[in-house]
Amino acid sequence: MDVSTKQFKNCDMVVVNGRVDSSTAPQLAEALENVTGDGRYKIVVDMSGLEYMSSAGFRALLSSQRQCKRYNRGEIVLASVPERIQEALELAGFTELFKTYSDPIDAVGSF
Amino acid sequence: MSKVIFDANFDNLDEIRDIVGEAARQVGFSDKEIYAIQLAADEASSNIIEHAYAGITGGKLEIDLSTTDKTLKIVMRDQGKPFDPSSVPEPNVKADLSERKIGGLGMYLMRKLMDEVSYESSAERGNILTMIKRLGESG
Repeated sequence: MDVSTKQFKNCDMVVVNGRVDSSTAPQLAEALENVTGDGRYKIVVDMSGLEYMSSAGFRALLSSQRQCKRYNRGEIVLASVPERIQEALELAGFTELFKTYSDPIDAVGSF
Repeated sequence: MSKVIFDANFDNLDEIRDIVGEAARQVGFSDKEIYAIQLAADEASSNIIEHAYAGITGGKLEIDLSTTDKTLKIVMRDQGKPFDPSSVPEPNVKADLSERKIGGLGMYLMRKLMDEVSYESSAERGNILTMIKRLGESG
């Protein structure tokens, strides 16, 4: 798993590749916390290179979504969610909590 | 039937998903089902490592995989704290963001993704989790 962050004018993009499980989810949580810690709360999570995500990854996303949406100051949106991961997010009821975009650029443009 | 004993450590989740995925492939499950089975096995293992062995070092997680031409049975044994699944409330997967709780989500996914999930705890044998997936059934 690897995670990187790009800063745009109106939002930040966190690109997460590989597999997110209980072992690697803390790295995703840290990347998201680094963005919110800088006072930036509009975040696109680009999942196009993501192969796998367990509930440990969902937990990291949920925790940061709460941070971002507080005081209506922003939100996390998901982009290019692979089919298997989308199915698991739906099963967990997480698709109600995150807007999703098929294209990361559209997601950036939404802010 | 194959049996593998892992150190109860999150670093082993990759390998656990690999062996479970390989067994599922041999039975003939689709890629979608294989992902579901791997996710269920990951959630089960993560719960054991995080909860059964909370505060305990050197714990072991034993995984038995047995297959027939139509089923995969995964049995996980640990010697950690006894576990009562009825003590974990089912998460409300429709709650809004502020009400949403993450606890119990792993077990919820296991039950949704597999056809059967059962637990036993005994002083002599430890905790035993059994999960079964059958070909041709949804879930």
